[in-house]
Amino acid sequence: MNTNHQTALAQKLLFLADDELILAHRNSEWTGHGPILEEDIAFTNIALDEMGHAATWHRLRQELTGEDVDTAVFFRDPAAYRNVQLVELPHGDWAFSMLRQYLFDVYELVHLAQLATSSYRPLAEAAAKIRVEEIYHLRHTAAWVTRLGLGTAESHQRMQTTLDTLWPYAQQLFVNLPEDEALGEMGMAVSPSSLLEEWQHLTTTHLTQANLIIPTNHMPPTTDRADHTDHLTSLLAEMQSVARQYPTAVW
Amino acid sequence: MITTTHIWQALEEVKDPELPLVSVVEMGIVRDVQLAAGSVHIKMTPTFSGCPALDVMQRDIAAKVRALGFTQVTVETVLHPPWTSDWIADSAREKLQQLGITPPIRHGGNLIPIAFLDVATCPRCGSTNTILKNTFGPTLCKSVWYCHECQDGFEQFKAL
Ligand SMILES: [Zn+2]
Repeated sequence: MNTNHQTALAQKLLFLADDELILAHRNSEWTGHGPILEEDIAFTNIALDEMGHAATWHRLRQELTGEDVDTAVFFRDPAAYRNVQLVELPHGDWAFSMLRQYLFDVYELVHLAQLATSSYRPLAEAAAKIRVEEIYHLRHTAAWVTRLGLGTAESHQRMQTTLDTLWPYAQQLFVNLPEDEALGEMGMAVSPSSLLEEWQHLTTTHLTQANLIIPTNHMPPTTDRADHTDHLTSLLAEMQSVARQYPTAVW
Repeated sequence: MITTTHIWQALEEVKDPELPLVSVVEMGIVRDVQLAAGSVHIKMTPTFSGCPALDVMQRDIAAKVRALGFTQVTVETVLHPPWTSDWIADSAREKLQQLGITPPIRHGGNLIPIAFLDVATCPRCGSTNTILKNTFGPTLCKSVWYCHECQDGFEQFKAL
């Protein structure tokens, strides 16, 4: 592996880690506020799972860059985060959080199946491990999409409104970036755009069955992972506050 | 002279913090024990990646081996081959049952039909007249079910 490929791979791992970490943090905000106790616990556990996945990607990145995981998570400024905007948006109502997690879960399953064949073995092994766990996430969130889409007039309306909002944001997950070309040459990772067709097929089928109309707007608000909303700044201010106030603390 | 067999035996006493009767060996979490020139190298694998008990288990495993008199002990986390609930030993399955938790079905690598199978045997009465209430129970590794016969809930350790 030459330096170019190593740099590209480290960036890719950062994309994977940041998407999972920020989404996990947003979802964890429901802890203690879920609509019913069982769902509160379930969604907290899903958040915990995504946090574990973020840690897995960060550890692989650390092997390449030497940057300590806690430093990368707690001492990196918003401008240096590389998550898509989809995951940093505030958690909204229950329909918003369930639908966002669902759209992301389908993307992850499609993506991880490809990453599991990566020529970079640590990446392939981690993807294979994470993929089986995601089966349960999808089972959970897909059921909520059906329940809310076919539920009451209000739940249906909220889902449709949320879908109209989230659909363009979700498209950012499939934007090819400069790193992807180098990684594709080496068989280390597939280009995000190659995942779109399968994702679109799976989500469209399921959402349509839930009586939801697929939005016509496919333009992501940004194609640059360095580009963030102000929501990320406030999220990180909260997430990083303890570590920054007590940088030598251990637990 | 302490051999790897003694180390495996000692590790049978390290329990899974979330399932206090079940050892990390029975759970299939300890994958390998190497002993060379007085230093011990252990390979462990996570059950569910987000499991908060992983760090505790890693510490407990290292502490247990040090207690045997070894000073050089490393515990490495490996992801391959990925942990499967098929590795949970029969002895552990019996203990899960005693704890009121239905053990996972052995799937032999074909997980998806099992993950979507809406049948679990009630650990109290043995009935399969049950219904899944939630894929995510009080911990990541457990789902929550309801038994129509007992008219009460129970947990199942998820197949992975
Ligand atoms: Zn029963």
